Amino acid sequence: MGNAVSAAIAIVLGVGGVLVLFWGLNAAVERLPKQQEEMLKPYVFVGPSLAIVGLFLLYPSILTVWFSFQTNVGTPAQEFTLDNYVYLFTDGALHSALINNLLWIIVVPAGAVAIGLLVAVLADRLKPTAEKISKALIFLPMAISFVGASTIWLFIYAWRPPGVEQFGLLMAIAELFGRVPAEPILQMTQFRLNNFALMAVMIWLQAGFAMVLLSAAIKNVPEDTIEAARIDGASEIQIFWRVTVPQIKSTIVVVGTTILILVLKIFDVPRVMTSGDFDTNVIANIYYDQAFTFGNRGRASVVVVALIFMTLPFMYLNIKRFREQEANR
Amino acid sequence: MSAQTTAPPEEELEREALKPSKDEGDSASWGARLTLALVCIIFTIPTLGLLISSFRPREDIISSGWWTVFTGNVNFSLDNYTAVLDEGMGTAFANSLAVAVPATVIPILAAAFAAYAFAWMDFRGREFLFVIFVGLLVVPLQVAFVPLTQLFNAVGIQSDFLKLWLAHTGFGMPLAVYILRNYIGSLPREVIESAKVDGANHFATFWRLIMPLSVPALAAYAIFQFLWTWNDYLVALIFMTGGEEVVTVTLAELVGSRGQDWHLLTAGAFISMTVPLIVFFALQRFFVRGLTAGSVKG
Repeated sequence: MGNAVSAAIAIVLGVGGVLVLFWGLNAAVERLPKQQEEMLKPYVFVGPSLAIVGLFLLYPSILTVWFSFQTNVGTPAQEFTLDNYVYLFTDGALHSALINNLLWIIVVPAGAVAIGLLVAVLADRLKPTAEKISKALIFLPMAISFVGASTIWLFIYAWRPPGVEQFGLLMAIAELFGRVPAEPILQMTQFRLNNFALMAVMIWLQAGFAMVLLSAAIKNVPEDTIEAARIDGASEIQIFWRVTVPQIKSTIVVVGTTILILVLKIFDVPRVMTSGDFDTNVIANIYYDQAFTFGNRGRASVVVVALIFMTLPFMYLNIKRFREQEANR
Repeated sequence: MSAQTTAPPEEELEREALKPSKDEGDSASWGARLTLALVCIIFTIPTLGLLISSFRPREDIISSGWWTVFTGNVNFSLDNYTAVLDEGMGTAFANSLAVAVPATVIPILAAAFAAYAFAWMDFRGREFLFVIFVGLLVVPLQVAFVPLTQLFNAVGIQSDFLKLWLAHTGFGMPLAVYILRNYIGSLPREVIESAKVDGANHFATFWRLIMPLSVPALAAYAIFQFLWTWNDYLVALIFMTGGEEVVTVTLAELVGSRGQDWHLLTAGAFISMTVPLIVFFALQRFFVRGLTAGSVKG
């Protein structure tokens, strides 16, 4: 109850405060001579948002880079060091996690795009109602939190020793074939198999997103290009690969990279399902442990610096695409 | 996606995304139908199994598969839900609402003002400043946690809720400005000009004209941000240190400490999913729009 009241107060103060701030600033610049008013007003409108991202994202980014060169961050003994970078380049556990991250960013975007594409293409040929229902079913996991999804899949993967009745769906199917493994799937470290079991959760979550965007792109493919190929005697599969896919390539790239950026920072799923044990650790989890379990902020910062480096190409691509789009306006 | 589309095509996108195609369709072969049905079943079963299990007694869940309810092993009750609500899920549910609603409402207005300026006002550094927002869309949130923890300590912010509202406001801002600017920028120029001719200043134009016209984009962003904050685990884990918890944190803790108590986990997971699922079913249209517009979020 107290929470509801304080939340209500926060909304009123937050929204009211923002309004009063803008109204006040606006009134203040309106008292200036016309020319100065016109010059300053845009900055009044942009200022608060800019200040917020400056304080919450820009300034922390600079500080993080700075911290990555420091030891004993936040204590009087803080001083310059390169130890964090030595850690970054030599630590075995961190490198094992990096390999996992690499697998994640290859497998999950590919899997989600493949399933999304499959559903988008097949559902397109159904009657409207059937199409709508099948799309909604694939899309529904999108609304579920990563923690909720992890719980759902822990239940799917639930394992009991061979001979005992299985209540987890996957092991029950294995039991049908008389092949219940001697250990739970999430502990199978051979070929990092357990990592793929975690990735399946993320593919399940993201396929709907891929489907929605790809489906819209497919519907925008001009019908006459497909007709022409059909008249030329192309099979449906040839039409798909040679006519449809080339025309939706840019959407495939956007969807793939969006999921890739999300997966690069994957944290919740391994954290909840395995705690990063059994060779399933990922860099975002190492970051969390360094920063908040071991309190080693220098090491935590160097891990984030590595993450920032990995996102830089995508930042560049986004900005480039934005510029092109502006040029076409 | 939005990276290549301004608002009107995006709107089309979203309108078409979950809707059936205009041509009557129904040209699917039986192989295609079968494949699609199989994918749909595989995607639905995990959630369905969880839902069914959440109504079964503790002993039943771990002694027989949930699918046995279809062969007569039916023994449903709401006991698991009462039990998990007593385990803190009830409080956590209220806390999640108290975090997500303000964290959704507060950033919108500031973002809308900025979006209007970026779209319709001329000033030095306009493109450069907007590019900062575009670049920040993919910055990993991890950059902010350690510095913000120090900042909150230095300024003396005690309330966990206030920390989360502020953090989510900051993290959601680039996307909000980006989506709203794309939408507001696509409004017809004549509308804005006519307001100027009528003598309205920028503030009045924004408040009386732009805001009402932007309701679809505002709603799309609001839903997206609400689901994001409701489903967030990491930010809450880091900033809620004073003993209060949100649903994701409570659920993750239950998994860690009571991993074998499936009667609690299934019911708990489903409680955590109720609000997003309601939002999903009620506002699917807007949700898709938020998603298509927000696909570059980092």
